[in-house]
Amino acid sequence: MAAKHVTTDSFQADVLSSDKPVLVDFWAEWCGPCRMVSPILDEIAAEHGDKLTIVKVNVDEEPALAQKYGITSIPAMHVFQGGEVVKAIIGAKPKPALLADLDAFIN
Amino acid sequence: MREVIIIGSGPAGYTAGIYAARAGLNPLLIASSVEAGGELMKTTEVENYPGFPNGLQGPELMDSFRQQAERFGTEVLLDDVIEVDLTGTTKIVKTGGGKTFEAKTVILATGAAYRELGLPREKELSGYGISWCATCDGFFFREKTIAVVGGGDSAMEEATFLTRFASKVYLIHRRDSFKASKIMQERALANPKIEVIWNTEIAELLGEGKLTGVTTRNLVDGTEKQLDLDGLFIAIGNDPRVWLVENQLELTDEKFIKVDGRSSKTTLPGVFAAGDVIDPTYRQAITAAGSGCVAALDAEHYLSNLK
Repeated sequence: MAAKHVTTDSFQADVLSSDKPVLVDFWAEWCGPCRMVSPILDEIAAEHGDKLTIVKVNVDEEPALAQKYGITSIPAMHVFQGGEVVKAIIGAKPKPALLADLDAFIN
Repeated sequence: MREVIIIGSGPAGYTAGIYAARAGLNPLLIASSVEAGGELMKTTEVENYPGFPNGLQGPELMDSFRQQAERFGTEVLLDDVIEVDLTGTTKIVKTGGGKTFEAKTVILATGAAYRELGLPREKELSGYGISWCATCDGFFFREKTIAVVGGGDSAMEEATFLTRFASKVYLIHRRDSFKASKIMQERALANPKIEVIWNTEIAELLGEGKLTGVTTRNLVDGTEKQLDLDGLFIAIGNDPRVWLVENQLELTDEKFIKVDGRSSKTTLPGVFAAGDVIDPTYRQAITAAGSGCVAALDAEHYLSNLK
């Protein structure tokens, strides 16, 4: 299942108020590394969706969200827990490296 | 057992794939999981690749390379090689995805990775004002003041590209002239948003949690100055990616894979190398492609002698 796209309007409900940790993938169409990492995030969502929700923010469509969270490089994957950013992963990484970064949330 | 495994998916890797596939060698090309297509995936307009008089986008070119390799039967795997044993007659290749392959020959086309300035907190500030990819990150610097470090074609391209977004682009270079091609230099120098700071290096990165500027040092008189910046793009060159093989193959003094003369033959039989990982000098898409062709022909010749 493809990750849900969240917007400024749905950010509170989908991310900040979520009971589960939420990984927000800040991405754009024109970003090659974002396109490479996207299917890997889909796999992680399929395997660990019970513990970690994965959603996407398109920075072209939601520049205010990107600015609010200080995004200057994409892909940027921020994990939110209890409304706070608790982990930030910058740049496309292979699946084993991403799983290692996310270990605390999925194991 | 495979006849040929190609590691790398830039112009050298895919061209080796095209030639090896057409020779009936059924090559496996391990492309990387997140960097398939190599350095050209991060560029915009490619104007000097012959056969495309109107130019084309780097990612578009690499997509064509891949399609051409696959058309003749190259199997492309989006995975990362994490370990190789090239010393025996049977070459062993292991991937991050947990697969192990065996092959009679291996073509190394792993390219080069961007060079870091080597300053404290460079990693920590990466993604927080420091970037190595103008096409990925330029968007976030609309109406901001940024700098590009470097003096080659990449630095010129990045600086010129970034003027689409930034209000001001400093181009910081440690010498008094650029190494870049004339056309790229002229384009950058003619751009009113670009200001060149010659004979200068970056001495210090400033900012907590986010880059706010740099201290520059003039290499002629040693004076240091603070320069306020929202972003810093580093384009000071690349280092050959040899960590997979550096304990098994002989390298040159500059840490490139050593090959025999104009061939692609490394110091181990059945192991060939092509592209930026063997080339300290030219490092163009077209020279890498030519080099990949050489490697496939060398591998084909080696395999025919095994029979």
